[in-house]
Amino acid sequence: MSKVTNIIVAGLGGQGVLKGTDILADVALRAGYDVKKSEIKGMSQRGGSVTGDVRFGKHVFSPMVSAGEADFLLVLEPTQVEPHRYMLRPNGVLITPDAVSASQLPNKKTLNVALLGALSAHLPMTEEQWLAALRAGFAETFFEGNQKAFLIGREGQKAKG
Amino acid sequence: MNESNRLLLSGDEAIALAARHAGVALGAGYPGTPSTEILEHFSELGGHAQWSPNEKVALEVTIGAAFGGARALCTMKHVGLNVASDPLFTAAYTGVSGALIVVSADDPGMASSQNEQDNRRYAVAAGLPMLEPSDSQEAYDFMFAAIEISERWQIPVLFRVTTRVCHSYTVVQPRATHEAPKAASFERDIRGRVMIPAYARPAHRRLRKKLAEMQAWNEASPLNHIVQGGQSLGIITSGISFMHVREAAPEARVLKLGFTHPLPMDKIAQFVKGVSRCVVIEEGDPYLVDAIRAAGIPVEGKADMYRFGELDVPRVQRILANDLSPEPIKPPGKPPQLCDACQYRVVFEALRKHDCIVAGDIGCYTLGVLQPFEAMDSCVCMGASLGVGLGLRHVLPPDQARRVVSVIGDSTFMHSGISGLVEMVYNPPPTGHVLIILDNSTTAMTGHQEHPGTGRTLAHEPTNKVVLEDLARSLGIRRVYVIEPRMGTGEFDRLLTECLESNELAVIITRRPCILIAKQLKQYEDQRCECDAAQPATASAP
Ligand SMILES: Cc1ncc(C[n+]2csc(CCOP(=O)(O)OP(=O)(O)O)c2C)c(N)n1
Repeated sequence: MSKVTNIIVAGLGGQGVLKGTDILADVALRAGYDVKKSEIKGMSQRGGSVTGDVRFGKHVFSPMVSAGEADFLLVLEPTQVEPHRYMLRPNGVLITPDAVSASQLPNKKTLNVALLGALSAHLPMTEEQWLAALRAGFAETFFEGNQKAFLIGREGQKAKG
Repeated sequence: MNESNRLLLSGDEAIALAARHAGVALGAGYPGTPSTEILEHFSELGGHAQWSPNEKVALEVTIGAAFGGARALCTMKHVGLNVASDPLFTAAYTGVSGALIVVSADDPGMASSQNEQDNRRYAVAAGLPMLEPSDSQEAYDFMFAAIEISERWQIPVLFRVTTRVCHSYTVVQPRATHEAPKAASFERDIRGRVMIPAYARPAHRRLRKKLAEMQAWNEASPLNHIVQGGQSLGIITSGISFMHVREAAPEARVLKLGFTHPLPMDKIAQFVKGVSRCVVIEEGDPYLVDAIRAAGIPVEGKADMYRFGELDVPRVQRILANDLSPEPIKPPGKPPQLCDACQYRVVFEALRKHDCIVAGDIGCYTLGVLQPFEAMDSCVCMGASLGVGLGLRHVLPPDQARRVVSVIGDSTFMHSGISGLVEMVYNPPPTGHVLIILDNSTTAMTGHQEHPGTGRTLAHEPTNKVVLEDLARSLGIRRVYVIEPRMGTGEFDRLLTECLESNELAVIITRRPCILIAKQLKQYEDQRCECDAAQPATASAP
């Protein structure tokens, strides 16, 4: 893959946006890509908007995704879809909380991981690489729940085709 | 490439790691986005890191360490360097015996700052060498180069980074071998370090000589390099802009500057001669373009509209195309707000109710300016609430003056509110004055760092504690109150009314720990109790 893949994760403070981009960047690193991740977290703990950009490919220069260039826009909070839609390229993939049924999730804190699961169905990294990144990214006790949430998102997306 | 050796680090983390690997003996600073994580990470890696009450003190502490022959690191955000500029300018004269790296983390676009000043100007004004990394690998590598330069020319080095370098994570391959800290030892050099005019005059000449030598060295320095490309377009750039340039104009020939003061003018002139069109791409002020033009080298710069905010790939494309059409406006995100259970809400409700004229300050509490409170009338820089409030009290007619209140956070008070309090005691306005110190036992705004009033060090370990009320009383202020602002009780409101009507000097300390760290605070307290039980506190600790 010579083209750079551009992903934006958006949501509100406290939703695990940055944790999501951490995992995403880590899995790309594990898969051997050049990776850059950029985040604006200013006052994330005060409930404001938070976004993280992840770019991976053979060689990445700018750490920021340009407007209209995101291949994937992953949004954790429905109100944050419209403010970020301009970042998506034509035919880019939008992933929202609708991608998973909330009632199936082990708990609502795992939404970020479930949506990563949905995203993973579109990306070239292997399931082992994703699970390794999930294991490394959280305390061991959370792994089981996260794995479950991830697979719910991943299988759900694959089923949609 | 050894896979296990590839780390994904932020620029801040890379600086910290390099500092560890280069044997930096002491890191000091004051929190400030986007620089805060450098010292936190340095401490986590086992380095000796300290928060100082403010940037000036931090710089002085590290100057001392570097006078003692050690390698020292001082970190701050861009506006911090304003506070530290007094020692900075004269440290350029004294020089250092060890190494001193001063990190200035600028915030073009103001993701989290009150201005977007461009601190490259400080390198010129103070006469200091300056390095500007573009990503985490360079942040790591340039730290070693900065230390080499600092030791070779015995001079502090300004290490200038920006938000996108500090907070972007990019791949770093660290060095395999690391250096242990050098043994510090004092060597007397009275003429070199005591800047009375008679010794400072030759020191200034020495500084200019060092700069001339560094400029000559910089002409061939590997810190600047050329990316080959066609000769129709040449671009001169530095810092994060380099990354945007490579993407916006992959065909261009690029002179990428890493050592940006004193500039390698011969190299620049040579580069410009080799291309038919040469454009300088830089974020913020026209620093490079002005300097290059002043040297008589013809280059294009950017239109004024691109001086505001950060650059990115589309903006670089627009600059190259001389596109002056209005830029697309980004839809606004959701602004942050005070937490629902924050004690500050009680305070701002009361201030609004009394129609107070509020001289505010910087911290989470600056959010009191937004709806529903809109209870802040000024916010200039850290510590300004005191002076500004007092100035208003001095000139306003009494009915207005009596409504003036200064509001400051605990960390900000330690940083630069204390001298304002001394001013309040020394030059009291006829109507008195009311200072409210919002004490939430932390520096919340920048991610909950300790400060001298929390009684814990940067690493959250117990240390001496500066007690706000004792300090205020020791200055002779009679009305000093400590209160926990509780919703729906009216207690704070009554106290505020009493103070406003007293025509005296009053200090109200509202004390309740930030709810976001309630859990951590309990852990620290438990640890402290365990240690106290095991070992009685030393008598020297007040
Ligand atoms: C000179 C300077 N240094 C650092 C900063 C970054 N900064 C802004 S406010 C603040 C401290 C806030 O702490 P505090 O006063 O305790 O208020 P809180 O956020 O806890 O409400 C810091 C470190 C700055 N704006 N200016």
